[in-house]
Amino acid sequence: MTARPSRFMLGGRTYSPAASLLLATPFLLVLLLAFLLPLGMLLRESLFVPSFTVEHYRRVFDEPVYLRVMYRTIRISALVTLISLLLGYPLAAMMARTRGLMLNLLLVAVLLPLWTSVLVRTYAWLVLLQRNGVVNDLLTGLGLVDAPMQLLRTEGAVVLAMSHVLLPFVVLPLYATLRAIPDDYARAARMLGANGFAVFRHVTLPLSMPGITSGCVMVFLLALGFFVTPALIGGPQQMMLATLVQQQVTELLNWPFAGAIIGVLLLAVLGLMIVFHRVIRLDRFVGQA
Amino acid sequence: MAAGGAELRTGTGNGEHVGVHELVKRYGDVAAVDGVTFGVRTGEFLALLGPSGSGKTTVLMNIAGFDFPDSGRIEIGGQDVTWTPSHKRNLGMVFQRYTLFPHMTVLDNIAFPLRMRRIGRAEREERARAALRTVRLEGYGERKPAQLSGGQQQRVAMARAVVYNPEVLLMDEPLSALDKNLREEMQIEIKHLQRELGVTVIFVTHDQTEALTMADRIAVLDLGKLQQLDTPKALYEQPTSAFVAGFIGETNFWPAVASGDAAAGSEVGVTLEGGEWATVTAADAIRGGQKVRVAIRPENIRLSGDGAGVQATVEEAIYAGSVTTLLLRSKGPTLRVRVGPDGALGEPTPGTPFTLVWQTRHARAYAA
Repeated sequence: MTARPSRFMLGGRTYSPAASLLLATPFLLVLLLAFLLPLGMLLRESLFVPSFTVEHYRRVFDEPVYLRVMYRTIRISALVTLISLLLGYPLAAMMARTRGLMLNLLLVAVLLPLWTSVLVRTYAWLVLLQRNGVVNDLLTGLGLVDAPMQLLRTEGAVVLAMSHVLLPFVVLPLYATLRAIPDDYARAARMLGANGFAVFRHVTLPLSMPGITSGCVMVFLLALGFFVTPALIGGPQQMMLATLVQQQVTELLNWPFAGAIIGVLLLAVLGLMIVFHRVIRLDRFVGQA
Repeated sequence: MAAGGAELRTGTGNGEHVGVHELVKRYGDVAAVDGVTFGVRTGEFLALLGPSGSGKTTVLMNIAGFDFPDSGRIEIGGQDVTWTPSHKRNLGMVFQRYTLFPHMTVLDNIAFPLRMRRIGRAEREERARAALRTVRLEGYGERKPAQLSGGQQQRVAMARAVVYNPEVLLMDEPLSALDKNLREEMQIEIKHLQRELGVTVIFVTHDQTEALTMADRIAVLDLGKLQQLDTPKALYEQPTSAFVAGFIGETNFWPAVASGDAAAGSEVGVTLEGGEWATVTAADAIRGGQKVRVAIRPENIRLSGDGAGVQATVEEAIYAGSVTTLLLRSKGPTLRVRVGPDGALGEPTPGTPFTLVWQTRHARAYAA
């Protein structure tokens, strides 16, 4: 490659790094004013109210209930990520092989939930899972259970509903990655003696790793901060971090403590991402010259 | 090649290694391959040559097992493999585009087919290194494919395709992505490798020069049908159809009418378009009064300063170093004639009249 990657091309012209930065300015401004600034203020409160103190942070770790919420949040998020991946991979793989009308139908099926409000989708799950809901009616009607089961306010229900809501975020990047893998690789592998499973294990799966990673990271991060679904589907026993923060802010007006929770979560996520990046080493994967 | 090179390459009694019998493949209403039959001999280098849409790639895909025929049969080593999945056919294949697995090192790529055959790590490595040596890339084993040039990548692909001593090596336009110089170098290299290994090769190409240079025999396909299967020399000198005559090399076609009946291969007098008379060789069986097309290659026409014969005038001279191509206006079509640099006639200039002379066997008449 002879082109300098730091230069930016648009409309046939090359821009210097400084000019490129100018193009990103509007977005950076919004990010700064609407996100980084309030976050910074919140984190400052967690450390400097009333004066410099680590008391709020100590409280997060001292009281088991908060650690439990944090652990549960990470556990549920990981589970949701895993389920989304397991459900999403075959779907994305199928979409990558489909053309025409069938592909459009599948794409709409994946995107339609995204175009619908999270609230609507969550209420749909409420209707399905409530005591006199569709699922319980079906189960009792078929005689599989004697009395309606407690489905809402269980961790399973939270995981199920969240996986449904977040599925598109793993399907779309996976679809894009799988679609970009030329058929010739699989053909070559088959010609060299690989059966269907071996082709998947040695060729398709490793080549789709970038899609798996970006999809999983996206779902995991979104799940960590998910609010509506766990708050509506789950009960107090399934409380996740976002609900805890909301409670601290709106009900207890304890901004410094909310800031401390967010600070801990932020550090935990950053730590996870660094470990993840080290382990996967995406850049080494394809081995550019 | 490495260990296991003594593997028996069986064939049917007549030395046929791959047999394609009455192969038909339709896509909707279109027959991409329409009743193609041919055999490939053990150790032979056979080129499938044809324009795009001729069905050559479809034939190869059926041999490879990536596609299955509507009717017909594929045999390899006497076994009917028409419906055998490709990973059980034990064939080698080099593709048009680079298909080295980008996430594996060069050595792991070459060892992949051995791994699929559950060969131990030590033997795998040893045989992969040996294969890498045969394509003269020792020392590149630890690199990733992206760190190699296009030519190097295709050489690795070849090493990977032969390391497990496959029955037959299939090549689907493996050089079309390379630039001209490299392509010519690789043609010779592939040819050497094939001779060294004694492997049977089926090579698909649309490049006639490539086919003529590399192949022992060439199967010319057009519109899903086999037009002619012959040695390069026979194809070039005695094409059996006007299509082959026009497709292989350059040819002047001159419409004419036969003066009498003639069997294929015999001489016949014709009246050329424009009214002149010539004696030509009948490529097909021809009846008197039948319209024909007379094919003459540009290098087979000689120019004479005087004498009786077909008359033509130089219209344009195109100088190209070792040869000069002349465009001549005759009483019929405009003809292309190739002359050497030191023609006895000096530098032909536009407007010069000549008499055209050719040997009867070089002018071949096809039923039109």
